[in-house]
Amino acid sequence: MDEGGGQKLRSFPRKRESRAVSSPASKELGPRFRGDERVIEASIMTAFTALLLRDIRLSLRIGGGALMGALFFLIVVTLMPFAIGPDLNLLARIGPAILWLGALLASLLALDRLFAMDQDDGSLDLLMMGRMPLELAVLAKALAHWITTGLPLVIVAPVLGLMLNVELRAMGWVTLTLLAGTPALTFIGLVGAALSVALRRGGLLLPVLTLPLTVPVLIFGVAAANAAIVGPAPFGPPFTILCALSLASLVLGPIAAAAALRHGLE
Amino acid sequence: MQLTADNLACNRGGRDVFAGVSFSLAGGEALVVAGRNGAGKSSLLRLIAGLVRIAGGTLVLQGGEPEAGIAEQAHYVGHQDALKPTLSVSENLRFWADYLGAAADTVESALEAVGLAALTDLPAAYLSAGQRRRLSIARLIAAPRPIWLLDEPTSALDTPSQARLADLMRGHLAGGGLIVAAAHGPIGLERAQELRLGADG
Repeated sequence: MDEGGGQKLRSFPRKRESRAVSSPASKELGPRFRGDERVIEASIMTAFTALLLRDIRLSLRIGGGALMGALFFLIVVTLMPFAIGPDLNLLARIGPAILWLGALLASLLALDRLFAMDQDDGSLDLLMMGRMPLELAVLAKALAHWITTGLPLVIVAPVLGLMLNVELRAMGWVTLTLLAGTPALTFIGLVGAALSVALRRGGLLLPVLTLPLTVPVLIFGVAAANAAIVGPAPFGPPFTILCALSLASLVLGPIAAAAALRHGLE
Repeated sequence: MQLTADNLACNRGGRDVFAGVSFSLAGGEALVVAGRNGAGKSSLLRLIAGLVRIAGGTLVLQGGEPEAGIAEQAHYVGHQDALKPTLSVSENLRFWADYLGAAADTVESALEAVGLAALTDLPAAYLSAGQRRRLSIARLIAAPRPIWLLDEPTSALDTPSQARLADLMRGHLAGGGLIVAAAHGPIGLERAQELRLGADG
């Protein structure tokens, strides 16, 4: 951290006038182009939050996909009682599974646009030229995507539970499993989104690639919810595995997605 | 600082775009890449920007930041403007300034430099092609980086804007920066090396 302290004072960009563009300096590299470690760290944080906020803002504005997933979720869960019939006991028993399945499909719905939009308008090129490692850029985009599409699912789930005759206390547990599990869905889907951009195949590739990988999340999500509601198995083991899946994909997803994007360079 | 390419080759989609391209560019110097359509002008710029893999040869930057790659010290202005239509002019620019590592809040001065100061709050969807191009050029001013890679920067620009861009480029060179530009016509730089790609340019 502290090596080269003498140079730091000289090269601290903020000390320079911001409009040094036309400085008639020598042909050597001017200090305004140099950064030191602390400044670079700060600028990586700035870049991370800038990207996170931009993506959140984009999907909340008109034409963004923020509420699309939640609406799809609503439709799937609303139609389910019509298809199954008014058997309240049956609905209550399969309610958690329906909610999980709906959330899984809804969270995949908007994923294919995650990188495709940036590729279409040339932003992806510039994102790859940032000081921030591409892995972090991908992480920021994925977090923004989860906040705008995954989190709304978790928030509306308790309301939808009413339609499936899932009692209030049980709904709390289901919501908790969704909160712990939906990040895994986003971060696994992230890899598929990056691959479909890198391979220049849209649409179908994403669900085909990612759905098999999301099966463990679905299994342990529903298992944890059922354990909490009806027993007799304890809630702890499946829930901790669900959390582990989320945490592992939080780390591995961005690394794999960044590798896929880099590989897509041509 | 010195950007040296030795015997560069580029291959895209299984086709050899160019091979044996060499140049050497010192701080304060500009290189204009010319050649017919498809000769690989854009590919060369993307290759320097790290967006296309180098198929052969070497590309070395001396005297830059030791820990940063060439791509992290370069600005790339391609055919696409990297603007989000739903964000306003200043939101677009502020994002890129933050992302690409501007040292201070330079958004307003950069917008002024390209003559878009009056349109700050307009969504980028309503900009004309020339205004979009000017907004993406404002990026170069907002976040200083030593290497500018400009792909036909004057396209869609009117005469006053072209003159303004030439001024900005001269200022950049005077500050010790490097410019590599792909162009069909003159871009307003008096002293610039020229690199001709393709045999029958």
